[in-house]
Amino acid sequence: MNVLTYWFHKLGSPPVFDRLARVLAPWCYGLALVLGAIALYGGLALAPADYQQGDAYRIIFIHVPAAWMSLFAYIFMAVNAFIALVWRIKLSEVLAMASAPTGAAFTFITLVTGSLWGKPMWGTWWTWDARLTSELVLLFLYLGVIGLYHAIEDRRQAARAAGFLALVGVVNLPIVHFSVNWWNTLHQGSTVRLLGPSKIDAAMLWPLLLMALATHLWFFGTLLARTRNGLLEIDGGKDWARSIVLASQPGAAGAATERSHV
Amino acid sequence: MSPLTEISRPPLLEARGLAFARNDEPVFGPLDFVLHTGEVVLIEGDNGSGKTTLLRVLSGLLTPTEGEIRLHGAPLTLDLLSPQVALLSHANGLKPELTALENLRFAAGLHGLRHGISPPTALAGVGMDGYADVPTRRLSAGQKKRVALARVLLAPVALWLLDEPYANLDPEGIGLVNRLLENHAHRGGAALITSHGAYAYTSGTPRSIPLHARPARDLTGEGRPRGDGLPGHSLGDDAGLSPARPGTPP
Amino acid sequence: MTAGSTLIACRALVRRDLTLVWRRRGDALNPILFALIVVALFPLALGPEPEVLRRIAAGVIFVALLLAGLLALDTLFRSDYEDGSLEQLVLSPHPLALLLACKIAVHWFTTALPLIVAAPLLGELLHLADPVRPVLLAALLLATPLLSLIGAICVALTVGMHRSGMLLALLVLPLYVPVLIFGAGACNAAGNALPYAAPLLWLGAALVVALVVAPLACAAALRISLS
Repeated sequence: MNVLTYWFHKLGSPPVFDRLARVLAPWCYGLALVLGAIALYGGLALAPADYQQGDAYRIIFIHVPAAWMSLFAYIFMAVNAFIALVWRIKLSEVLAMASAPTGAAFTFITLVTGSLWGKPMWGTWWTWDARLTSELVLLFLYLGVIGLYHAIEDRRQAARAAGFLALVGVVNLPIVHFSVNWWNTLHQGSTVRLLGPSKIDAAMLWPLLLMALATHLWFFGTLLARTRNGLLEIDGGKDWARSIVLASQPGAAGAATERSHV
Repeated sequence: MSPLTEISRPPLLEARGLAFARNDEPVFGPLDFVLHTGEVVLIEGDNGSGKTTLLRVLSGLLTPTEGEIRLHGAPLTLDLLSPQVALLSHANGLKPELTALENLRFAAGLHGLRHGISPPTALAGVGMDGYADVPTRRLSAGQKKRVALARVLLAPVALWLLDEPYANLDPEGIGLVNRLLENHAHRGGAALITSHGAYAYTSGTPRSIPLHARPARDLTGEGRPRGDGLPGHSLGDDAGLSPARPGTPP
Repeated sequence: MTAGSTLIACRALVRRDLTLVWRRRGDALNPILFALIVVALFPLALGPEPEVLRRIAAGVIFVALLLAGLLALDTLFRSDYEDGSLEQLVLSPHPLALLLACKIAVHWFTTALPLIVAAPLLGELLHLADPVRPVLLAALLLATPLLSLIGAICVALTVGMHRSGMLLALLVLPLYVPVLIFGAGACNAAGNALPYAAPLLWLGAALVVALVVAPLACAAALRISLS
């Protein structure tokens, strides 16, 4: 067998993934916290103030990585949904659905920090800036996927239906962005941009990139943990899942052994 | 019993290791059985044993979790399947606002028409010839069932999958279903019918496929049915090997 | 299956759906009444100044028709699902996407087209400027089939649920955003004497793509929902 497909199948098996995720998730969380703290220190203390915006710009160290992650998580979800629908791989279904809440959270952070930044810059909490509007639509797409997933009882059918919606959304997303940009020029919105093509100082760049790395690690940490939970929920009746649950709950061992003899 | 007949010809329908699971909880199977042309086979089982699900898997509405279905010896695809199968399910598939005849005309347009039969003759064939212009919503449950049977009768297919065809029918209706099944078997068709045992195919001695109800979920709150290690859900060898036994004419 | 029999099946389906709409013709007026009431609420909320109303007229009509279409979407597969004809449709030997396209077309014809016919009347209520009216009608003719096609995918995903109304709105409305922007944008551009061809062409291009892709997506979504 091809080495690649071998690993694909091996990783796709829930028990193997569970073992891997159990080891990796704490590392992801730990590294994310450490790198995030360093990046925050670099961004909030070391980086110089902006000559135009003063200290207010420093919110980009949260806002920009969160915005990147909001898109990254959606694309990650859509890719997994595609794999799940075409090859019916259970792990991909769970991965896709596990990335939705984290992605929605990052989108929400992007919107909140964007409007916080808007107050000193534009004098209002909300402005119909093209990027913010697109992020708002993205948040609704996330909420639709999550809502559909929780509205269907059969977990696997729910994952397939919500994954299909995520795929429809991923087709729609560039169109939304394009249309909102067009709409924005029609209505001559604000010209100041949070993410303008302006040059960025190296002292500002490294905390930004480090924070992006930290948010990625955080995303994968939550992803691994959520996916573990999802797999345990779906495979709850199988031996590997039962042994894991029993190992983590010594009190439940007696009751379960009793049941298995019924 | 020995596998002596029908060896040269592949069976109409063949299931190997067929199983279906919902939410990774097994609903039925693994099942092995064959269905030859001219056969009427009864799927027997209690409520919740997966009879309806089995028919939906065989009709192609659901994809089996494991195993394989072969139609005339060829692995099943939906394209291959749909021109050869008619399904009668709990929902009759009749529009309450349309008359019985309009419903049948639509079905004939959608699925095609068996040679030598038309919507009015099909309606007469199920004893509903006086009701052609009555909106279906005014018919009783048993009359609706008859119209739905007429729809199955119209379709130019070999395989009938009938879910509880005897439900809601009076004794005369039950006899009618049996007659329809016999005629269908005689013209080289085959049928799988479900019944919870209250009524059965009375002519001849039909073969039956027993389905066993899964043990109910334990109610301890953790709610995990044990999906593994339950023996005895496959059919006996007898079912898989028995030759075709068409219903004997009355 | 031959192309001829598929054509017969499509014709039978169209005839049946039209007959059903005719037998329930009392319901057919509901979307128009809904749109009329929504439009009437705006002068009541904003005041009757013709200048204010004229500026928002096209956008309000667009949103009102979009919401009316959203409410009508639920009927697309609901009764077919409940009486089992939907599974008969899936089991038919013809391409499901084609049959669904016929259903969507009939649905558009019986719910959206009356709304478009009523749009000039709604425009009068809001003092819609004369040069905008033809642009509004053109935009609606291109946008409403697009809305029906996109909506049908989401309806197919929620078809098995008992109370899907709010969820359906949550799924559908984000996908409607670009259609609304281009459709209402064309009207606003026309109102400001700006060129309006580009957004209309974008709508037309999107409609062509959706005509091909959406029925296929709808069929795939329906198979997921029925499994």
